[in-house]
Amino acid sequence: MSKLLTSGKYFHILVPLISVVLGLMVGAIIMLAAGYNPILAYQSIVESVFLQPYYTGETIRAMIPLVLAGLSVAFAFRTGLFNIGVEGQLLAGWFVSVATAIFFGHLPKVVLLPLSILAGGIAGGVWGIIPGFLKARFKVHEVISTIMMNYIALYTTNYLIKHYLYTQGERTPNIPDNASLASPMLANLTQGSRLHWGFIVAIIAGLLMWFILWKTTRGYELRAVGFSPGASRYAGINVERNIVLSMAFSGMFAGLAGTMEGLGTYQYMMINASFIGIGFNGIAVALLGLNTVVGVFLSGALFSALQTGGLTMQSDAGVPVDLINIVIALIIFFVGSSYVIKWVLNRLAKRGEKN
Amino acid sequence: MSYAIEMRNIRKEFPGIVANDDVTLQVKEGEIHALFGENGAGKSTLMNVLFGLYQPDAGEIYVKGQKVNISDPNDANRLGIGMVHQHFMLIDNFTVAENIILGSEPTRGMALDMDKAVKIVRDLSDRYGLDVDPLKKVEDITIGMQQRVEILKILYRGSNILIFDEPTAVLTPIEIKELIEIMKRLVKEGKSIILITHKLKEIFEACDRCTVIRLGKVIGTVDISDTNPSKLADMMVGRKVNIPVNDSPYAPKEKVLEIKDLTVLDSRKVPAVRKLDLEVHGGEILGIAGVDGNGQTELIEAIAGLRKVHEGQILLNGEDITRLKTRKIIEAGLGYIPEDRHKHGLVLDFTVGENMVLQTYYKKPFAHAGVLQNKVISKKAKQLIKEFDVRTPGEKTLARSLSGGNQQKVVIAREVDRSPKLLIAAQPTRGLDIGAIEFIHNKLLEEKKKGKAVLLVSFELDEILHLSDRIAVIYEGRIIDIVNPKETNENQLGLLMAGRKEAGRQA
Ligand SMILES: Nc1ncnc2c1ncn2[C@@H]1O[C@H](COP(=O)(O)OP(=O)(O)OP(=O)(O)O)[C@@H](O)[C@H]1O
Ligand SMILES: [Mg+2]
Repeated sequence: MSKLLTSGKYFHILVPLISVVLGLMVGAIIMLAAGYNPILAYQSIVESVFLQPYYTGETIRAMIPLVLAGLSVAFAFRTGLFNIGVEGQLLAGWFVSVATAIFFGHLPKVVLLPLSILAGGIAGGVWGIIPGFLKARFKVHEVISTIMMNYIALYTTNYLIKHYLYTQGERTPNIPDNASLASPMLANLTQGSRLHWGFIVAIIAGLLMWFILWKTTRGYELRAVGFSPGASRYAGINVERNIVLSMAFSGMFAGLAGTMEGLGTYQYMMINASFIGIGFNGIAVALLGLNTVVGVFLSGALFSALQTGGLTMQSDAGVPVDLINIVIALIIFFVGSSYVIKWVLNRLAKRGEKN
Repeated sequence: MSYAIEMRNIRKEFPGIVANDDVTLQVKEGEIHALFGENGAGKSTLMNVLFGLYQPDAGEIYVKGQKVNISDPNDANRLGIGMVHQHFMLIDNFTVAENIILGSEPTRGMALDMDKAVKIVRDLSDRYGLDVDPLKKVEDITIGMQQRVEILKILYRGSNILIFDEPTAVLTPIEIKELIEIMKRLVKEGKSIILITHKLKEIFEACDRCTVIRLGKVIGTVDISDTNPSKLADMMVGRKVNIPVNDSPYAPKEKVLEIKDLTVLDSRKVPAVRKLDLEVHGGEILGIAGVDGNGQTELIEAIAGLRKVHEGQILLNGEDITRLKTRKIIEAGLGYIPEDRHKHGLVLDFTVGENMVLQTYYKKPFAHAGVLQNKVISKKAKQLIKEFDVRTPGEKTLARSLSGGNQQKVVIAREVDRSPKLLIAAQPTRGLDIGAIEFIHNKLLEEKKKGKAVLLVSFELDEILHLSDRIAVIYEGRIIDIVNPKETNENQLGLLMAGRKEAGRQA
């Protein structure tokens, strides 16, 4: 058993699993201390997400942008970059997709829908390319520049909406049906949830990321540069170009996350007083998912289920929804401190070997 | 009599490989005990077990006759075992004294007593003749002195058993001599030393006994006074070793590399290569001899397109490559075994297979229309692993988990297999065992026979003298002389390398 713990493949999978269990457990203790019944609370989450179609639909709906944001972070991370700018790239994608949909509203759906999705993805990509370029050319650290790009995106989109696409309710007008991902069929199936076709986009994005990174020469270069810029340079790989490209891909996934919200969930874009948070949650999703495609889908599902199910927890178990946010925060905390978990595991394994 | 250290029947497995198999090692008090064996034989693994970094799967450890349990380096420290790792673990912008006391600082009341620390360090340094200035910052001292700081660090913690894992690989010949002196002084003071090295010369100069390991098993322990270098080498490899010499006739062909009036700036924008001229022909090995830091690195980097050429021209096969990008230069026929295999030669977190195609992954047959042909890559990797005798469980293993020597073999396999017109080999055998050196020297000589040009840069004068058809001595960024290896000796080369051309000519 001890060997299983420390050696080989299973070890690194253990860390996120343990983080989740610990997060749920500590969350339960807090609920107990506050006088709530954690078993009832978790039970209501599981029941709603798995047994009530509406909540199942809403969980998948929430997953779509979260997974795309997670893929964005994971892609950059795989190539040695820390993209904190998912939030801004997401807003850029959201705005441009909605604007494209409204502007070219007269086009038929077969043209307009792909065009709007593409435009959103490209907008996110461009928003990623800028910090990528700054890093490649002037060695500006991407963490700093992407954070600044977040603010620029937030205020620029707000300004553009206010001045060019404003309608009552502090938002843009609705996009035409021609550009919508919403589906009455899916909504009916899930008793009126906002589930839309965007999940197909997320799946395609996941497959695309896997294919690019592991099957193409481009992915080989991106990973090589991420692991060892020195060896890559010596092998004749253009390090700068790959940094820019990596940010472009990463930004594209983020842009698509925003596009899904614009063309799917909301059908418009609102003026945001502050960041919406999906981009930042994407960092946690990627971390918990070990920056793998499958992992990102799994952890995206978990976070979405907790968030969506948390709503029923309040009504069914009388536990305030804030508590579920604490559980989520705890899981993120434990993943973040995975070093501690690894250390404990190693100690345990060593003790096991001795006996 | 009880031993200072006794490791009995140690076994340590890694996925797919038994690194130590029933290994017994007995180190007497007050001796320098050599650990000798091929790359990947399991020497570092055994020492990491002793230092508590790895847990053995079986076996026992005794310190001064007492059975002990060493579960981490703290336990090892408490038992008086200290280790100088090959890669130093010092904090650059701390002073020597601060580095040494880190972790067990002398205090006065609650406060750190820096004066006392400096005094302790100075006393220790004097006592063992280490000649270290406690107040200097680590970033300002040489590699040799950093190593002595590492030694002081373990002496400060009161260690009696000192492990040195390939300490000489990074040192200059003079520093090596000094280190051996220091080790001898340490054993006189009652310390016991385990020394890992691939250099027979050092074993015979410094050590009392030697344990030979091959493929994870102990072959035997011998008294140095009862053996000789070639016996020991044969014992380690398990067959007769013949370090090859360059005895094929010198018949230079067309100019492959032509450097004219080359000036290259270093990172501080100071000329490191100054108006240098050099030619390397097909069918020859040109050795560059020189003291580290005389422009060798900058010269090679300029040829490979990794550093901007300030002035002058570089031609490869008559093609002007002065301003070309590295990839284009590689495609024009450059092969390069870089000095720092960890930083520049390998992507450590790639598999062995992925590393084997680091310059060719985008070409047929390894890729079609931008899609990697993983099966073809695997097949190629397997073939190279076999051909170059890389000891690894397979091509899917991460390069990081290979032993140092086997990592180097991966680099060499890759570069030689591409059969480049010009092969630059920078310190190609650093840290390699004798068998591997023999192998690599043979490969370089084969390249020569195939009519390729080989540019060899090495700090090992033996290696330069053995392999080169011509030796170019570099000093302060210029080639100050080109000599015939058959008509020169280490002495003359030494003088030339110090810039004393006239004296060198007469010697
Ligand atoms: N952490 C590890 N994981 C997997 N395999 C390992 C690990 N460390 C060492 N090995 C394997 O164990 C074997 C012994 O390695 P070790 O580093 O002890 O060799 P060595 O004798 O020190 O060689 P060298 O002279 O090249 O340094 C090698 O085959 C190596 O690939
Ligand atoms: Mg070793």
